[in-house]
This record gives sequence, structure tokens and C-alpha cells, in this order.
Amino acid sequence: MQFESVIVPDNTWLAEVGSSSGESVSICYQCKTCSSGCPVAFAMDLLPHQIIHMIRLGLKDEVLKSASIWLCASCETCTTRCPNDIDVAKIIDTMRMASLKSGLKLKEKRPSIFHKSVLSSIKKTGRLYELGMIGIYTLKSGDIVSNIKSGALLEDAKVGWKLFKERKLKIFPRLVKGRKEIKRFFKKLKRGETA
Amino acid sequence: MKVSYYPGCSLHSTGLEYGKSTEEVCKILDIELEELSDWNCCGAGSAHCTDEVLSIELPVRNLVTAEESGLDLVIPCAACFNRFKVAEKHIREGKEPAIDTSYKGKVPVKHLLDFLSEEENLKLIKEKIQKPLNGLKAVCYYGCLITRPPKVTDAKNHENPQAMDELLSLLGVEVYPWSYKTDCCGGSLMLSRPDIVAELSGKLIQMAKEAGADCIVTACPLCQANLDTKQGRISKNLENKVHFPAFYFTELLGLALGCEKAGQWLKKHVIDPRDLLKSQGLL
Repeated sequence: MQFESVIVPDNTWLAEVGSSSGESVSICYQCKTCSSGCPVAFAMDLLPHQIIHMIRLGLKDEVLKSASIWLCASCETCTTRCPNDIDVAKIIDTMRMASLKSGLKLKEKRPSIFHKSVLSSIKKTGRLYELGMIGIYTLKSGDIVSNIKSGALLEDAKVGWKLFKERKLKIFPRLVKGRKEIKRFFKKLKRGETA
Repeated sequence: MKVSYYPGCSLHSTGLEYGKSTEEVCKILDIELEELSDWNCCGAGSAHCTDEVLSIELPVRNLVTAEESGLDLVIPCAACFNRFKVAEKHIREGKEPAIDTSYKGKVPVKHLLDFLSEEENLKLIKEKIQKPLNGLKAVCYYGCLITRPPKVTDAKNHENPQAMDELLSLLGVEVYPWSYKTDCCGGSLMLSRPDIVAELSGKLIQMAKEAGADCIVTACPLCQANLDTKQGRISKNLENKVHFPAFYFTELLGLALGCEKAGQWLKKHVIDPRDLLKSQGLL
């Protein structure tokens, strides 16, 4: 019998997640309140309660590669409603950070490219320069090809032109005087692929 | 009255009409907004899923400035408000990871909606109403981050918030009950997964219509942008042309207070709300 892949559980991971998130997933009794209230559940490959359980089983790569951790809209519904007071959204954030560090091939990379584009804009100017961020995101994500095919680009261009005309998208960024201090915050990040 | 004011990046760009209407409303109410000097972006939805220390340091730099003024800090953007509350509590409660800062944890952080809903401000608003918005049918949409999670936001009624309902009712708006007040619009998936945003925001618009409203009222620049700019895509999904105005609550407040500049904000919307207001004799 041939297996396509072999899942090797990482038994040390549960403790690692506990210390990096400050949350205990062990107390979850799988009531599925988090998944029932999740607005993005319809688009997810793993539901929030499954992620929690998979952390306990040590299925590290499966969780870190999943689309779900990047599709989470950070709406905080799961965190708010968890009867065991587990900060589920914070655990998802912890998973996102770990997935960036892991170097694994992500099933859904667009949201992470978006967040990197936002942070690279803040790092340079101190504030979010939206037009620049949209430019960086569009180039890095490669969305432009699929958007031309689907016709979404035309729709986006119409909206973009309206925003531009109404001065809601600025041509030039506003520079914060304390940029050096802000750059220092970013420098402290030791990760290789920081924005 | 004087407060510190953190507009956040959106109110200078895609949420321009939220910023302008906030400034005008406060001017009419004699509330002086002292914009934090040299403020920086708080990192909003992106820093907290990339690095925890960075997500605290960015808002804390602004909190240090606010603390020097000794004033309450008012924030119109729901995402900024939430990140400031997280950072503020992180320092005050001495949570790990420790952050190197001079911030002492003494700044009361308030969302603009809650601030304007304080008793003395409501009294002031009531006195200054010039043009009641009778006939306008609306649902109040609070979104996620003004209220959730309550241990961060200190929201009193996080599943069924009331502040905007009470404020708009005071202005004469016919406020409709509905179950989607705090459901998510898709937030920062706006660029990366517009299909998900169209699904979630489309549902909100459908449900607002079903509740009997002619418009939806927001208190967050990201919510308003998702609801206002994605209706082309939503129309395609529903195979039905959707044209449903999404206001900022401050725009309606400005209108009711007789602000002459209201038309300038309203024309900035992608879904033009002026016909709806004209049909009710409000513009």
C-alpha cells in the first residue's frame, strides 16, 4: 500500500503554541461555538475548532499550510463567545506568525502578501500610503491576470477612479517626522521575511 | 470641551468624508479636537498577525503623545480604536512580552461613537438639532471591532449594542431592528479576497433591505468602504442591481445639525446617497 504522504505529529508543538500565544488549547472541549459563529467558515479548509484540535494532535504543517489561518477576518467572534475563554483569534494570529517563519508553501498567500504590503508602507512613511500599498500588493500578488480574465479589474478601476477623483486616494504619501523611531520598531523584528 | 484626536490613516484617504464630517460636527458642538502631533499608523489589521511586539509598539508611540496632553483620546476608526485598547491594556496590566516605553497607562481611549453618546454630548446634540431626519429608514451597523472582544473594548452590550440606535433615533431617523449589527463585513480581506468581502457585505445589504431600511449606517471606515465600493461585485453575485447607500453616522449627525458642507461629503460616496436624502426632503 502506497501513502501519498506521511503525517508526522510534532509532540512538542502544543507546549510551544501555549508559550507563544499565552493561551491554553488543552482546555477546549470541542463545542464548536467558534466554528458556528465564524463568518468566514464557508470559505475555510479547516474550521477554527479543528485547528485547535489539530494543534493538540501536533499536526503542525497541516495547520500552518492551511488557507484558514489567512482567511480569518480577525472579527473576534470566536474569542468573544468561547465558553472556556480561549482567545481563538490570538491563536490564529500565532499560527500566522509561525507559518511565515516556517517557510512552508501556503495554500492561501494573498492575505499575507496584503499584510506585508501594508507593513512595508508603514515602515517607509510612518503611515499607510494606500495607493503605494495597492501598487505593491498588485505587483506581488499577481492578482492582475486573474482580475483581467474575470472582469473584476474593470470594476475595480471604475471604483478606483471615483476614489481618486474625490481625493480619497492620495498621489503622494504623508511622511511622519518620527520615521526613524518607527523604522527601529521594524528593525527589532528578527524574522527574515519582515516587510 | 477639548479632547485628543487620532484620525488614523483612513480618515485622510478612503474615509475622507468620515474625517471631514467628524471635524464639522465637533466644531458645531464646540468640541475641540486636538490632533495628536506627528501620529503614526497603528498597524491596524496587519501588525497583529505579523508580530505582537510591533502591534503594540505602533499604537503606544501615539499613546505616549496623548498622555503628555492629559486629555481623553477619541478615535473614529474601529480598527484603530481596537488596537489602541489592546496596546493600552497590554502596558497597563504589564503583560508579556514587555514593551520598552515611557507610557504609564493613563489615557482613556474612546471610540467616537461612544464619546458622542456620553450623556452631556447627547444633551448638546439634542439642543442643536436644526433639521430632524424624519422619514429616513436605517439600520445601524457596528461591525466587529468597536465591541469585540468586550474584555478589550469594555463594550457594555457587545451582542446588541445600542449607542448608534439611540443617537440616530434622537436625530429623528427611523431605526429598524435587525440581527446583523455586529456581523463581519470581511474587513481587511478587501483587496486579497474581494469575493469573500462581497459575500459578507452582500449579505449585510440584503438583510438590511429585508429589515425595511433604505440605508445602512456605519462607524468604521473599513466597513463603510466595503459596503460602498463592493456593490458592483455584489450586484453580479445576486444577479440584481444593488444600489444601497452606506453612511457614516457623523454624516447624518452633521446633516441634522444643519451643516452646510454635508453635500461635499455625500458626493464622495461610490453609491451616491443624495437621491435618497432628496426624496425625503432632507437635502
